[in-house]
Amino acid sequence: MQRHRQTKWDETTSEGHEPLLSEKDSTRHEPEDTYLPDDLTRDGIELPSLSEPELVRHYTRLSQMNYGIDDGPYPLGSCTMKYNPKFTEDIAGSTAAAIHPDRDPELSQGALQVYHELQDYLSRIGGMDAVTLQPPAGAAGELTGILIAKAYHEHNGEGDEREEILVPASAHGTNFASAAMAGYDIVELPADDDGRVDLDALTEAVGETTAALMLTNPNTLGLFERDIEEIADIVHDAGGLLYYDGANLNALLGRARPGDMGFDVMHFNVHKTFATPHGGGGPGAGPIGVREGLEQFLPTPQVRTDGDEYTLVEPDESIGKVHGSMGNWLVLLKAHAYISRLGDDGLTDTSAKAVLNANYLAERIDLEVPFEPFHHEFVASAGETDAADFAKAMLDNGVHPPTTKWPEIVDEALMTEPTEAESKRSLEQLAAAFNAVSDEDADTIADAPQTTAAKRIDQTTAARDPTLSWQQLSE
Amino acid sequence: MTMERAHPTREPIPQIDDLAQAESGSPFTPHDADDVAEMLAAIDVDDVEELFDIPDPVRYDGSFGIEGESEQGVRRRLERTLDANADVTEFLGRGHYAHYVPSVVDSLSLRSEFITSYTQYQPEISQGFLQVLFEFQSLVTELTGMDVANCSMYDAATALGEAATLADRVRAADGSTILVPDYLRAERRAVLENYTDGAGLSICEFPTENGMVDPDALETALDEDVLLVYVETPTTDGVIEEHLGAVGSILEDRETLFCLGSDLLALSLLENPATVGADVVVGNAGVLGLPNAFGMGIGLFACREEFLRQVPGRLVGASEDADGDRTYTLTLQTREQHIRRERATSNICSNQAWVALRTAIHATYLGPEGLTDLADRCTRLPARLAAELDEVPGVSAPANDAYHFREFTAEIDGDAEAVVSELADRGFAVHQRGEDAIQVCVTEANEAHVDDFLEQVREVMA
Repeated sequence: MQRHRQTKWDETTSEGHEPLLSEKDSTRHEPEDTYLPDDLTRDGIELPSLSEPELVRHYTRLSQMNYGIDDGPYPLGSCTMKYNPKFTEDIAGSTAAAIHPDRDPELSQGALQVYHELQDYLSRIGGMDAVTLQPPAGAAGELTGILIAKAYHEHNGEGDEREEILVPASAHGTNFASAAMAGYDIVELPADDDGRVDLDALTEAVGETTAALMLTNPNTLGLFERDIEEIADIVHDAGGLLYYDGANLNALLGRARPGDMGFDVMHFNVHKTFATPHGGGGPGAGPIGVREGLEQFLPTPQVRTDGDEYTLVEPDESIGKVHGSMGNWLVLLKAHAYISRLGDDGLTDTSAKAVLNANYLAERIDLEVPFEPFHHEFVASAGETDAADFAKAMLDNGVHPPTTKWPEIVDEALMTEPTEAESKRSLEQLAAAFNAVSDEDADTIADAPQTTAAKRIDQTTAARDPTLSWQQLSE
Repeated sequence: MTMERAHPTREPIPQIDDLAQAESGSPFTPHDADDVAEMLAAIDVDDVEELFDIPDPVRYDGSFGIEGESEQGVRRRLERTLDANADVTEFLGRGHYAHYVPSVVDSLSLRSEFITSYTQYQPEISQGFLQVLFEFQSLVTELTGMDVANCSMYDAATALGEAATLADRVRAADGSTILVPDYLRAERRAVLENYTDGAGLSICEFPTENGMVDPDALETALDEDVLLVYVETPTTDGVIEEHLGAVGSILEDRETLFCLGSDLLALSLLENPATVGADVVVGNAGVLGLPNAFGMGIGLFACREEFLRQVPGRLVGASEDADGDRTYTLTLQTREQHIRRERATSNICSNQAWVALRTAIHATYLGPEGLTDLADRCTRLPARLAAELDEVPGVSAPANDAYHFREFTAEIDGDAEAVVSELADRGFAVHQRGEDAIQVCVTEANEAHVDDFLEQVREVMA
């Protein structure tokens, strides 16, 4: 088993660890001799004024108090924290990529070619007929996809009747929120005893009011929805559309395509499936694919080509825009580079190793995994131990823990996705961490973590009396 | 023993890309054949394919027709592709701006502990990034004068959309109107419409005068139905708004929210939004930290304390750990989609955290004096360029009688489309604004090219 003692910087002058920038310096500056008259300028601003060496040391120390994939395994279920190839960063840093979005398309042919090629790659990978790269994250892709479904029903004169979106109980929270943002009522679908969509419940729920069913496949338990063809028929026969949440696409790369399963609209999470770095919370990118018959509703602009020149086109019945420009360009560029590097063989090998790794890891840990056969992720139960506590104790065993307490269908859930990038040896260390915590006594678990920069953090007080800035700290 | 040397032959040496093709699988999976065999044996399966519980009719054979390449090959190909972007000097703005990004920004933000980390769901091991975001919120709080700021939205347009739905949640008014100025960029308006569609809000325009708010016209456009009034400074036409105080006074006793659109650099110099009565501040924070990235940015979102529990997106708060030390954690998560689902304040999950890191580094690198000085420069550069363009026969600049920030519109005696196109042929990109106007943006990033630019404008207009 590996151990990790995270760096922790302390200064006695600060109540925290590495002092805040504002504790290092706080300088009030009042503008003088400005070009603007005084009544158009503010009195002044108060911010840290630090030299470059001080600044570099501050952020370097903060980075040392942060854990990334390059440090070790990060098996957050449904987050697909895989290795981010370094060369993609060099391509994104190229000066030729640093261009303004309002250039005439003639002046940005290179960028538009990258867009067009990536649209094409994603269409093939998803089995879709057209793709937009505009949504800046997965949740934005969901909103875009649901707005397209809405435009489709309005086009058919059924906009008013079809006011419900069906979502399985175990779906990602964004599914519910995105559908609600688009103005839909949510109908939650229970799972059957096997952890999959309950066909009877689905049959009962669908009807003339159904706009769409949003589904993740494999679902959040890692299970493939085996009845997907029947599910698609039920939804389609009722006049609804089928939406694919691409969060778990890594499990299926090259082995099954949402388009072939009957999905009409899907989003891709490029920061999951296509290895673009998650950057501590974003930026991501959430391209969506649509089947034939829905292209005319895609956001504007779409990149098209006649073979010689790339142009920007507004689809006939476009839903408009979901981002001020064309999405998170640098992220998309990295995704293109990753797919280009892997090709068919690499993409197919990715899902093979992702699924093999999850199965091997589950086999090596001493916890119950109630639902199988799972694919790229599994949900173990922490049993009598609170899953959140279990996770804290894993931090003391040299690894980042899995996603906790979700999906709720498993008691004290530990939703675990090792990804294809972990070696056999690394998986064994991860398993050792799970097993060590399983054997630990309650007191040790309650006191964890001890090896991280911070000890157990009190979430309740933080929420009861929110302090959200250094200004509020000094109040 | 004598070594037998190979004789050079005319046999072709395999291309590096062909060698890459011979590799099977992903270069980013660590397993060798023995590992796979042992792992399969451990789980009692003969072949990896058996692990896929996929019905035959929906199985796919993996033939996407995408050929893998070596790293060198991919870099060469994509760099060549990007070289098809014309090598022009940009005098472009309208909400997306180029400022010089110091090397510390790349150097620090690309540290892998930052860039390869996830959202801080385990705060004890993620203190570094949480502190970065806490400091970013503090920076935004100072520059906007608002009480609270979140960790980021996607961009200026989506931040405006979120402000509109926040207004709908916090305002008791029966109405459903979002009032926007007639100069609002079509792209921002299009996003706003999609964000407000589900809530049943409608977007209406109020007329402006000389590129700024006409307080009388605004008052005329207001009624009980208006949830939010949106005003920009600088506007995407580059005009510095002179009637912010008047807007604040008009809205003060109404149920209507005052939403101001701006950016962090401009805010270091222009009127404090809190002083003029703004309730919410949105905009583009990526003017610092990111070069032009084809429109990728970071949305700014700050507001008054009373709306705290309706704020969209992530918030980082200070807390204590078991040792009593001050630490940081994501907080008020019950507003968010992973807890509140369809009743969440927004569907946003991934945001632009890494860009927030870059923005914070850049802003701190400049410091209060550096920010203010750069902002002051952004008022002088366009004034001077406008004055020089105004001397070119056939050009009248600036079109608005106003102070400008970074950019301005200029009227052209002639066909603006032809002028923009000829300038592009001569290596300079500017915006076309209608049939007889152009828009020109100048910052420290392109000011060294101003003389060449003027020379080309003179020749084109001659």
